[in-house]
Amino acid sequence: MAKSQSDLPSRVLALGATSAIAIAVLRQLAVKGASFYLVARNGEKIDTVAADLRVRGASAVHTRVLDLDNTALHPQMLADSAAALGTIDLALIAHGVLGEQADAQTDYSHAEAVLRTNLLSPVSLITWLANYFEAAHKGTLAVISSVAGDRGRKSNYVYGASKGGLNVFLDGVRNRIDRSGVQVLTIKPGFVSTPMTAHLPQNALFAHPNAIADGILKAIAKRKDVVYVPAFWGLIMFVVRSVPGSIFKKMNM
Amino acid sequence: MARNPRPRFESWGRYPKLYADVVPLSWASDFPLKRPTPAPLLPVGAGRSYGDVCLLDGGTLLATRGLDRLLQFDPLTGVLRCEAGVTLAEILDFAVPRGFFLPVTPGTKYVTVGGAIANDIHGKNHHVAGTFGNHVIQFELVRSDGHHLLCSAERNSDWFSATIGGMGLTGLITWAEIRLRPIVSRKIKYQGDKFVGIEEFVALSRSSANSEYTVAWIDCVATGKNFARGIFMAGDHSEIAEPLVPSSEPWLTLPIDLPEFALNRLSIAAFNTLYYSKQQAKQKRALVDYEPFFYPLDQVLHWNRMYGKSGLLQFQCVIPWEGDQQGITQILKAITSSGLASFLAVIKVFGDVPSPGLMSFPKPGITLALDFPIREEVSFDLLDRLANITLDHGGRMYPAKDARMTAAQFQAFYPQWREFSRYIDPAFGSAFWKRVTNG
Ligand SMILES: Cc1cc2nc3c(=O)[nH]c(=O)nc-3n(C[C@H](O)[C@H](O)[C@H](O)COP(=O)(O)OP(=O)(O)OC[C@H]3O[C@@H](n4cnc5c(N)ncnc54)[C@H](O)[C@@H]3O)c2cc1C
Ligand SMILES: NC(=O)c1ccc[n+]([C@@H]2O[C@H](COP(=O)([O-])OP(=O)(O)OC[C@H]3O[C@@H](n4cnc5c(N)ncnc54)[C@H](OP(=O)(O)O)[C@@H]3O)[C@@H](O)[C@H]2O)c1
Repeated sequence: MAKSQSDLPSRVLALGATSAIAIAVLRQLAVKGASFYLVARNGEKIDTVAADLRVRGASAVHTRVLDLDNTALHPQMLADSAAALGTIDLALIAHGVLGEQADAQTDYSHAEAVLRTNLLSPVSLITWLANYFEAAHKGTLAVISSVAGDRGRKSNYVYGASKGGLNVFLDGVRNRIDRSGVQVLTIKPGFVSTPMTAHLPQNALFAHPNAIADGILKAIAKRKDVVYVPAFWGLIMFVVRSVPGSIFKKMNM
Repeated sequence: MARNPRPRFESWGRYPKLYADVVPLSWASDFPLKRPTPAPLLPVGAGRSYGDVCLLDGGTLLATRGLDRLLQFDPLTGVLRCEAGVTLAEILDFAVPRGFFLPVTPGTKYVTVGGAIANDIHGKNHHVAGTFGNHVIQFELVRSDGHHLLCSAERNSDWFSATIGGMGLTGLITWAEIRLRPIVSRKIKYQGDKFVGIEEFVALSRSSANSEYTVAWIDCVATGKNFARGIFMAGDHSEIAEPLVPSSEPWLTLPIDLPEFALNRLSIAAFNTLYYSKQQAKQKRALVDYEPFFYPLDQVLHWNRMYGKSGLLQFQCVIPWEGDQQGITQILKAITSSGLASFLAVIKVFGDVPSPGLMSFPKPGITLALDFPIREEVSFDLLDRLANITLDHGGRMYPAKDARMTAAQFQAFYPQWREFSRYIDPAFGSAFWKRVTNG
């Protein structure tokens, strides 16, 4: 059955909690009195986010400074978060890096770094969280992927591959644990005005993080599997995916 | 790295049109910048200043809207600490449901806390509450050399007073602590009185001095027996408790520039007559929501596009009591006879609460603010005449609303400018400052 908006998750684990998109989501939950376990790699930023959520109405905010590339520390950190929150209603995975496609084309170590942060780190987190939620027979695992994962393009295929890999992994996890009553949500934003894209020329397709947050919370309430935010990206990506490979390979995208 | 081809940052008047790089700040720690950018630097908020205090001709604008976090709130005292890019609209959304209101608010809620401090803005309650800076307890100022200064009336008090009204030139304000005022209702007890002539306006201001908010709309088109007719508006927060629900979103965005001819002498005269006649009785009382009372224009986002691509000019002066009321009358006469009608003209009596800023604009007397469409030959000439009348009467003009005053006029209005310039960050500058100091 569809959850209503008033039935928002109230115990929230946020991984990459200093992401602008994550902050927009967390604020809306804070207003309703949610409690949080925030994980991010920068102590000063995480304190600022924690203060903001507290002022807006969060009932409790725990913080943990951790570079999420460090997968060896994930299980302990996740167990600590579950203990601190009591139980996890929603785990939001938001961290990511855009990388430099040009560097990744010539330097494998750069490509590897992008894949580590955007794919391997989430895979490690999801492995633990899937088992946790499966055993709990409830909860929402929401992961921010990207429209870039829908098809490889010459301008950003390393980033795209990290997100595409993530999508496939999430499809499989969903196929495994949805039947236990766990929602696995793949979030595919289009262009969003955040620090990650601050250096890019902005155009009319760029959305505000608040609009993305609205879409994410709606998708959680409706227990969706995959959501494009804003929704029109679903149509754009349908077209992009539909272009025959023989033509696609000649296009400049 | 290639230059960032972002859309040009515009001030509210959309004049002058200048290009500068824009670097968005998302965290207080983003400044000082890690990478070199074109000099000089200038922080900008929501771009609600009319002229060029928030512009650079080349250089790098530090866009502060991303610094939008609330950091601390005491529900007993109403003291709020927040980052400088938080807007007054965001503060209202947060504070009104909790029973608090802004201590001072301008005619739009879409300005940032940093911008409110840097122009030491005033509102309809200036006669009792002073400026925004009077309600700032402390803030952090970060200089381009990386120095962090905690500024209050007690600590670094010289930097405190240089930065309030300091037009963004003394460094970046990262966060500020302000004292909100309690309310029990969204409603304002409103009273509107029609008047004709400056003397009647002053008499109404005197007799309403106990009202927390006073301002008047004045017709700058009418001549003869209707000269200086207007509606005097007084208001107080209702003391009858009512549910403190949040505000709704603006209902309209003006998406396109209207053609220049849309606002001409006829349409403006018609507007003024309509506005004056809307209130039938000489006096009207009502209980109104605070939104239309404080922010009648905010219902249409980007209403400045109404003036077309070329933009608009504002003029705001204060004529001190010593300078007598002839100054205001002369200014109004110059406007009506110029044929450059003004759509929105407001007039208010400033009180004598001292402004905390070294360069703050308000001082005791009568302030007049109005818009002009830009018609180069005529409106520039008129503005120059208005500036000179202001000068002759010992008044001054408001940098936040100016794009035209000369260096000589500015330096006569603000003789303390040299003392102030000692506090300017060596890496900072603005188009305004360059213009008024020939720098
Ligand atoms: C419809 C309308 C009505 C208005 N009514 C009033 C009124 O009643 N009373 C009044 O006083 N003003 C009024 N104004 C003017 C407005 O309040 C001021 O210009 C205000 O400063 C705009 O704030 P902003 O955030 O848009 O800042 P901007 O216009 O972007 O910048 C203003 C100044 O603040 C500086 N600044 C911004 N952020 C920082 C920071 N973090 N650190 C250091 N410096 C910073 C900039 O360098 C610049 O000098 C009105 C404007 C409009 C459009
Ligand atoms: N912006 C877009 O257009 C867009 C479009 C589609 C998808 N997305 C995805 O949306 C998600 C959120 O990004 P955003 O747009 O909100 O940008 P953002 O504000 O820059 O957020 C990215 C966050 O990831 C964190 N991070 C990066 N590497 C990390 C690591 N090793 N350990 C811990 N944290 C790390 C960053 O921390 P620091 O601040 O400490 O660097 C930052 O907080 C990302 O997964 C991104 O790929 C964004």
